[in-house]
Amino acid sequence: MTAQVSTQIYEGGFSDPVFGSQTVFRAVMDAMANPGRVIDLGQLTQAPAPLEPAAGAVLAALADYDTPLCFEAQNNADAAAWLTFHTGAPVTADRANAAFAVLVSRSAVGTWSDFAIGTSSFPDRSTTLLLPVEDLRSGKRLTLNGPGIEHAADIAPAGLPEGFASAMGENAKLFPLGFDLLLVCGSELIALPRTTRIMEN
Amino acid sequence: MSSSIVPTKRKRMLDAFAACDPVLLSERYHALGDLPAAAPVRGPEIGMIMLRGRAGGGGAPFNLGEASVTRASVKLASGEVGHSLILGRNARKAQIVAHLDALAQRSEWAPRIEQDVVQPALAQRDAERKRQAEETEATRVDFFTMVRGED
Amino acid sequence: MYVAVKGGEAAINNAHRLMADRRRGDRNVPGLTIEQIAGQLALAVDRVMAEGSLYDPDLAAMAVRQARGDLIEAIFLLRAYRTTLPRFNNSTPIDTATMRIERRVSATYKDIPGGQLLGPTFDYTHRLIDPAMTEDGPVEPGHRRPVESDACAPRVTDILNGEGLIEPDVFSNAEPSDLTREPTEYPVDRDLRLQALARGDEGFLLALGYSTQRGYGRTHPFVGEIRIGMVDVEIDMPELGFAVTVGSVRVTECQMVSQFKGSAGVKPRFTRGYGLVFGHSERKAMAMSLVDRALRADEFDEQRLAPAQDEEFVLEHCDNVQSTGFVEHLKLPHYVDFQAELDLLRQLHEDTTTATIDDDQAPLSEAAQ
Repeated sequence: MTAQVSTQIYEGGFSDPVFGSQTVFRAVMDAMANPGRVIDLGQLTQAPAPLEPAAGAVLAALADYDTPLCFEAQNNADAAAWLTFHTGAPVTADRANAAFAVLVSRSAVGTWSDFAIGTSSFPDRSTTLLLPVEDLRSGKRLTLNGPGIEHAADIAPAGLPEGFASAMGENAKLFPLGFDLLLVCGSELIALPRTTRIMEN
Repeated sequence: MSSSIVPTKRKRMLDAFAACDPVLLSERYHALGDLPAAAPVRGPEIGMIMLRGRAGGGGAPFNLGEASVTRASVKLASGEVGHSLILGRNARKAQIVAHLDALAQRSEWAPRIEQDVVQPALAQRDAERKRQAEETEATRVDFFTMVRGED
Repeated sequence: MYVAVKGGEAAINNAHRLMADRRRGDRNVPGLTIEQIAGQLALAVDRVMAEGSLYDPDLAAMAVRQARGDLIEAIFLLRAYRTTLPRFNNSTPIDTATMRIERRVSATYKDIPGGQLLGPTFDYTHRLIDPAMTEDGPVEPGHRRPVESDACAPRVTDILNGEGLIEPDVFSNAEPSDLTREPTEYPVDRDLRLQALARGDEGFLLALGYSTQRGYGRTHPFVGEIRIGMVDVEIDMPELGFAVTVGSVRVTECQMVSQFKGSAGVKPRFTRGYGLVFGHSERKAMAMSLVDRALRADEFDEQRLAPAQDEEFVLEHCDNVQSTGFVEHLKLPHYVDFQAELDLLRQLHEDTTTATIDDDQAPLSEAAQ
């Protein structure tokens, strides 16, 4: 552990930790309850790069001392120190033990099976993946259905990894196990819980 | 965590503040006069730490139970960040400790804090420990062997 | 089965108000202060902290006052409070060898290095109620005697271990499991048992410890050492990059030395039970060390026959908040449950009556034919 991190890590937490984290919690809950809906988390936190603002806000609200975080990128010292300072969450390299994983853009989907998918007694002990994308609206159209979607919902994120839809399809088959995923871009996110089925058009 | 990088002076100061009676600490802090203002960057907030022991005293760790703590982090306009973490629920004390920790990083304040706060805090702590040790010492059993009849 | 029923709100409000009135008692008598409770009922406060599993004397004193002296209720209040707090970190394991000792006795060595220090003990009192307790008379401060050496007293187990006569501590830095975070799955390791026992009910552990002395899982124990005092609490601070002392806590530690055991290749040596409890809680620490030793039966190839050796039985029943929750829930409305039982019972009675009549009538009708 090094003490030589920039003082930037001390800035940018919730200015009002209770109401700030409650606001983000509510927004993430709405996103999870309505897969495919674009939710804007606003600018309640300012996380250091390479954390997308939405990923920073989600982790500032949900991560704590009991939720190990895993970073896929190597250049994460400031982001990790920022999260550890503001949330107390430990950083781990052990993917199977991570409660949250901050992926790199176009992360290799073949490696996602390393993350926790829960156990039949405790399906909640799974990793929530935060995947940065280039844009949430201008990409190829994907159709979603499943719980929380009345008939079908369309999303069009740009910059998804190769083989994304089929990896998510494999994950959905594991239900009630599996990981949950948040697509993040700027201050916005789309939730794709393990129950959501994705069809390429 | 590597002990080679422990700045002994800062640790000694923070240890002294944590052990210090809040009334004395507040008194010595205010006696320093007008201080450069500090803006909060985290807290003060109350939480818990899990206290651990070791099986048998020296074996594998186990979770003994939690303790309430208060922590605070503040930043001076000049950029120094000060931290505190103290046992108990005392937001004011945590703020004072964090402020003093930040100030002590400035060369013009370090000697005054050492002399006017750290030393009185250590003196009080040591006097209290001495009293406690001496009261306990007075209850030491001094065995004396009775003459036995065999010889 | 639970059914939501409305009504009784006024009764509940008035009951709470009456409870507050009774708690305060005679208004001509000064109300208790938290300082009085923490200072003068310190052992009650210690018990609430230990079993509430939260070290905070002021909060525990408030809980004792709020609970009108019902310690299990106070423990419940403290446990409820702790669920509202975030956990920031763990301490590095406290080092009882560096304890600032307030009491330290050994029943195994008269001349134990570091000496026998009686401290503020009830032992050797005559257990006669003191008439002076009816008034607030002057009390002399403790005598003081200069301390010759400020060296820490060695643990008695380390002394025996020097001769290879006792099982040694096996040092590790393994991450301990935490029953407040993970549901318990049996069998469990010793770290989890020690956590459960440290917050377990004193009365329950006392009875179990006693049962081992009476032959239900006998271990032939000696008190190697009891020590009570203050230990520093150190925490690694990631933002600083080093560990700081955040204060100190009072704990009681008991090293129980138990019957020796050997095996092929290992010379016989004493086995051990360990007790560590918040506050000045000697009886609890002793009971804990007896039960810890009893629960280590498998490690020493002992048959598990007695209640104190039954891990699941002990761990599932030692928590008084869990126990009181389930026992006390019986007084809550079970109207529908009970109605169903009543209906069933009436039905059984009816069936029996009909059956009896049928039986009686059968021969009659036969006779009539």
